[in-house]
Amino acid sequence: MSKARQLADFSDIAPDIGRRNLIINGAMQVAQRGTSETGVTSMKYANAPDHYQLVINNMGAYTVSQSTDAPDGFANSYKIQCTTADASPAAGDYFFFWTKHEGQDVQHLKFGTASAQQLSLSFWVKSNMTGTWQVNFRDKDNGRLITGTYTTNSADTWEYKTITVDGDTGSSGFTNDNNESFSLEFPLGAGTDFTSGTAPTAWEGSVNANRAASNTVNIASSTSNYWAITGVQLEVGSVATPFEHRSYGEELALCQRYLYWWDSTGSNYAFFASGPAQDTDDLRYLVNYPVQMRATPTLGYNGPLRSFGRVTVNGLSSVSLNVQTQFSSAIRVEDTGHAAGEPYLLGAQNTYSAYIYFEAEL
Amino acid sequence: MKQMNITSAKYNSSEGENVSINCTIDGQQLSVPLDPANRHYAEIMRQVEAGELTIQDAES
Repeated sequence: MSKARQLADFSDIAPDIGRRNLIINGAMQVAQRGTSETGVTSMKYANAPDHYQLVINNMGAYTVSQSTDAPDGFANSYKIQCTTADASPAAGDYFFFWTKHEGQDVQHLKFGTASAQQLSLSFWVKSNMTGTWQVNFRDKDNGRLITGTYTTNSADTWEYKTITVDGDTGSSGFTNDNNESFSLEFPLGAGTDFTSGTAPTAWEGSVNANRAASNTVNIASSTSNYWAITGVQLEVGSVATPFEHRSYGEELALCQRYLYWWDSTGSNYAFFASGPAQDTDDLRYLVNYPVQMRATPTLGYNGPLRSFGRVTVNGLSSVSLNVQTQFSSAIRVEDTGHAAGEPYLLGAQNTYSAYIYFEAEL
Repeated sequence: MKQMNITSAKYNSSEGENVSINCTIDGQQLSVPLDPANRHYAEIMRQVEAGELTIQDAES
């Protein structure tokens, strides 16, 4: 058989033999916000690997982290450790682990056509709990759902899992824009509002009762419980291929479309941006993002911050977005004592824990 | 699904036009752009429409 024939045959099985993995930060390399957070009880992007969202409602408390516990070939995992249990969740309680995709990034799945592509998900998982866990493939645009399951067979052991699902020929397809269209959802525990149905193995309208119906485990059942995941790969085709390792720089750039983070861990007087005084009490600092962000981002910050120049003002309290796009922002700082046109620098005020970020997560 | 806990919201204006919303969400001080594709802005507007939140006017 010729090499060309072999390649053509392989392409039928794994159509995307170039950039295969749709998942951003699948190896959990990038953690811009920080590497650990305690007392997590609600819906948030935590100080842990980027681009994964915790969705928790009255379902215990957790320490989450970018862990160095990982299977061979990986350096990190996303670890979730229960610290306050909820062994008997109320009907509406839940804990889901999400990662989401923009509609313009899933057009090649051809959903809503007769050529809708199969999807193969693969990942490494480790838990003290043995049992069956559900995974949900969700189409937000059309409110549809298909599910798969995996089993943790051995406690405290990294296990490799694969799940293949059909493409959805029955939807209207994904909207081609920068909003959420598709997501992966890992239920880690839930009450009967989410477990009383039957998990669908063909695409159908999403019903809450089906979203954790196959789970036989509940991470909140004991403070001994943990769940860790890495090597997450979602690809077109019927076969899960080996994990596509990308460099830290590549993953960081992908993550920065959703979060651009600066902090002063390297210097207690680190500078972040520069700009002029507009008048006596109004400064504008220009920030160019390293990549085009998904949407116009939110500005968040933690001080103390200072404006440094002819007049240095410490402990800035009025910091806001002024002019902003997906490419850049002008940060407005209101204080006193300046003269129009004077140059200033914005930075940390004698602290290693200041940060400024721009966030455009889904 | 449980949404964000927004405890304050106030428009920030420049040259007479609202340009962002300064707010506290889940205890974090944020400045949110007026972009419907921004998840914070979308949630602020959802809570406003539901009568759960009022955005204060900008200081003149």
